[in-house]
Amino acid sequence: MTISIININYNLISSIMLEESMSILNMILVALGYLGFFAVAGLFLVLMERRVAAWFQLRVGPNRVGFQGILQTMADALKLISKELTGTVKADKFLYNLAPYFVIVTALMGLAVFPFTKDIQAFDINIGIFFLIAISSIGVIGILLGGWASNNKFALIGAMRSGVQTISYELSIGLSLLTMILLTGSLQLSEIVEVQKSGWLIVQGHVPAIIAFMIYMIAGTAETNRAPFDMVEAESELGAGFHTEYSGMKFAYFFLAEFINMFIIAAIATTVFFGAWLSPFGITESLPWLGVFWFLGKTLLLVFLMMWFRWTFPRLRVDQLLTLEWKYLLPINLVNIVIMALIVWLNLTIQF
Amino acid sequence: MSYFSEIYHGIKTLLTGMSVTGKYFLTSRKGAITQQYPDNRETLKMFDRFRGEVIMPHDENNEHRCTGCQKCEIACPNGTIEIIWDRGIDEETGKKKKKIDQFVYHLSMCTMCALCIDVCPTDAIEWGQNFENSVFDRTKLTRVLNEPGSKLAPGVED
Repeated sequence: MTISIININYNLISSIMLEESMSILNMILVALGYLGFFAVAGLFLVLMERRVAAWFQLRVGPNRVGFQGILQTMADALKLISKELTGTVKADKFLYNLAPYFVIVTALMGLAVFPFTKDIQAFDINIGIFFLIAISSIGVIGILLGGWASNNKFALIGAMRSGVQTISYELSIGLSLLTMILLTGSLQLSEIVEVQKSGWLIVQGHVPAIIAFMIYMIAGTAETNRAPFDMVEAESELGAGFHTEYSGMKFAYFFLAEFINMFIIAAIATTVFFGAWLSPFGITESLPWLGVFWFLGKTLLLVFLMMWFRWTFPRLRVDQLLTLEWKYLLPINLVNIVIMALIVWLNLTIQF
Repeated sequence: MSYFSEIYHGIKTLLTGMSVTGKYFLTSRKGAITQQYPDNRETLKMFDRFRGEVIMPHDENNEHRCTGCQKCEIACPNGTIEIIWDRGIDEETGKKKKKIDQFVYHLSMCTMCALCIDVCPTDAIEWGQNFENSVFDRTKLTRVLNEPGSKLAPGVED
């Protein structure tokens, strides 16, 4: 009797232990997978940016290292690893060293909630969109820290501009996503995808959805501090902005995080407006694993759109930037929410 | 209402700009201006206005057009050109006449300012398109532009 109880207890304990260790192992494997994806996506996006920029400017771009320059960014990363990590004399060493990790960890956390396909989603939290907005605004703390701790006026000005910009455009991102939340009725990303099985949200919401998408892309470009909103870096004015004093791998972290943030902004747009991993008209519904390709394809298309912005538009002044946000995007956005609410209330959405 | 017309105008102009760059993006593979230099060395043709080095063209009779007036030597701001000249007997008239012995050109000192070419009254010198001028010994950059045994083309001085 006692032996069997002990046995049961033993079995119970060992099974709990096994489960615990299995889940920890699982977590580590998933984390490593995402880190790998993070590195590959970052390097790929840098290469893509350079090739796309070259094509826009009637150049060829890097095409020597590997087939069509595939390994170029890998070589750049290896070079950056081998570089010395320099710093300024009176820099706040602790904050200075902390800043790149702030930026890169927030970028990595943002990646976790995306539904790459029905089964590939690390963290299906029920406040998904809210989580993403919150995480993406923490990144600016890293930028502010980096600029503040560098003991360099260019870096400080760049960081302060970044603060102004991100805080302003956060509003537009939040409100334009809120417009779409009116349609879905849920913040959970997997729920949002479920809703889109009867038509992508940009089709379901027609006019206000398209306006919301335009506002989202403008605000998202500003949020990632890319041209035409790159006053944070503004090479001609500030050297390199907040990362002027960074070198080697710490610079590479900032650089990679910028590109991953761009990917995240595009991925949010894909999830909320373009049906995430759903194929158009359900043409590959029988092959669910193809969802990954649909998701990445749509995301890269939107990333390309942001690159297109970058190589077309001139940089805004700070006052123009704030005018655009507070006088145009914000009022339009508020009116747009009301219109969307009316459309949802009167059942005027387009559904298949 | 100017608020809304401004928005409309803004979006329209942004789209115009994007269509321009978009067209360039689509045609860039054909119209790329990048020369992938060591690969296309055989077919590379430099541009008409490219200033590589000063050359003195000779025709098939080994005749050049330089009268030895030394205007280029005077015009050159940094002494790149040195003309070594002599007086010889002109076959037709039998008179003594100035002619060049060696037209010395120091490529290492040349700034490609083109003053010599502008000032030349007989168009004896012009721009060459060669740009592969790196050598291990800088004396190789001092060149004699008129070929040995060459003489002035008839009719240049008339």
